[in-house]
Amino acid sequence: MAKTKVIERKPLTLAEKTFIPQIVTGLKTTFGTMLQKSVTLQYPEERPKIPDNYRGVPTLVKDPNGREKCVSCQLCEFVCPPKAIRITPGEIDAEEDPDGAHVEKAPKEFDINMLRCIYCGLCQEVCPEEAIFLQDIFSVSGYSREEMINNKTKLYELGGTLPDQHYKWDKKKAAEAEGNPHH
Amino acid sequence: MEFITASLPIVLPVAYALGMISVFMGLCSYSVLAERKISSWIQGRVGPNRTRLPLLGHVPVLGNLLTGFGIFQPAADGLKFLFKEEITPGHVKVGYYYLAPIVALAPALTTMVVLPFGQYVDADGVTQPLVLANIDLGMLFILAISSLGVYGIVLAGWASNSKYPFLGAIRASAQMISYELAMGLSLLPVFMWAAAPGSEYGMSLFGVVQSQQSLWLVLWQPLSALIFLVALFAETNRLPFDMAESETDLVGGFHTEYGCFKFGIFFVAEYAHIIMGSAVFVLLFLGGWNFLPTFGIESLTWFANPWPAGIIGSLLSVGWFMAKVFFMIFFFIWVRWTLPRFRYDQVMSLGWKILLPLAVANLVFNTLVIALYDTLTR
Repeated sequence: MAKTKVIERKPLTLAEKTFIPQIVTGLKTTFGTMLQKSVTLQYPEERPKIPDNYRGVPTLVKDPNGREKCVSCQLCEFVCPPKAIRITPGEIDAEEDPDGAHVEKAPKEFDINMLRCIYCGLCQEVCPEEAIFLQDIFSVSGYSREEMINNKTKLYELGGTLPDQHYKWDKKKAAEAEGNPHH
Repeated sequence: MEFITASLPIVLPVAYALGMISVFMGLCSYSVLAERKISSWIQGRVGPNRTRLPLLGHVPVLGNLLTGFGIFQPAADGLKFLFKEEITPGHVKVGYYYLAPIVALAPALTTMVVLPFGQYVDADGVTQPLVLANIDLGMLFILAISSLGVYGIVLAGWASNSKYPFLGAIRASAQMISYELAMGLSLLPVFMWAAAPGSEYGMSLFGVVQSQQSLWLVLWQPLSALIFLVALFAETNRLPFDMAESETDLVGGFHTEYGCFKFGIFFVAEYAHIIMGSAVFVLLFLGGWNFLPTFGIESLTWFANPWPAGIIGSLLSVGWFMAKVFFMIFFFIWVRWTLPRFRYDQVMSLGWKILLPLAVANLVFNTLVIALYDTLTR
């Protein structure tokens, strides 16, 4: 067992007994803090700096070529713990979009119910196409339940375009053109 | 025309009184703002900075500046109290319950009658105080009336008919009675020096100010000043002596059961007491509207009271007096965020065991010094 060492306390001096020196020191401290810059963030005008890996509102993104990345595989809908995501799959019309026809599928409807979403980020983690991202939007509000459901247009509007590292479907197309259908 | 000249002696004092009340109430509301702003600066916050009045608030640079400093905030605060739902709890004694806020505010407003706030030179070339009623017993009047303020708190505590207000009121009354003794005793040496036998001023506050031309009493009687200041904090129920409120253990103290405008009146009364206390401290110890202490050096006499005769000189003296009062109000707020609240028994032992004997000793010491001085110089 460790030995405790009792430190002798010096008796208070006369000045210390009046507490006046201590009060003056305290006044100095508070005056000092008064002159410091305030730490308040003027919220609606000033916004906090959001770190890159922040889990905000889930959004759908496009690749730098402006191509819709989601292929409506519905993995996110499946993994979503509170069942906030609802996808209606659709086909890509080859006549309308001949360049993207080899992707075959895209969502017809894509709804995320923000009243259910728990911002867990599992949809982003599971997405094989890197099409869904939880970005920096952290305050959502609306006047009705319907307003709180983000549809496909809204999701692309919020998501915008993110840089792509793979260009997976462009590579597939190039490989196919070179005669390697299994790339 | 004749009617107008005949009625002037009645109309003018009423007009002066109304003017002083409105300035005083304006000061009250802006010291609430000062409290909020300075509190937030000390705590590293910004404070009220959003309230904006339509026209003035939209002048390009000025509007933003005023809004940022919260200049329009007191209007919003006051209106909030006016338009809130008027709730009277079922268990209160209705008559006294409504009487209490008025009893709390009235003494604070009454004391300003004898408060000199500047000087002017009359037609005969004699310096006169700017005051509603320059009575010889000014200080006694203030002590007598301001101690009535405790009745408002006691009445509120009893009429509320519930535990916390009751405890707050008991604490407040005990505290205010204890500190009044020390306060009165600490003032005696001041008047012994300022109003020597044969002086023309008696116990008027103007006389005290005039006697501080060469040396402010805070330098001459520091112990009296300290005791008076501590007692003043206790009398105004300000931290570290806010036994009456002690929001951490008594919810809101004496005004727990009060809401909306009745609470607003209590609030204004608290700040009225602070302003009155600051003004009295400035008059008694900080030289009133005298510019700087000269320490009796002949060549510096101009600095004691440089205000010229005429209206500009009067305004300057009022301005300098107000500047000192504002500093004291700032000091009240500053101390609030520096010192934690005393425990109730500590308040009592400080009042009875330390301040009171100290004040008595100070009085005896000064009496002996004056007696010695008189014997030697006779």
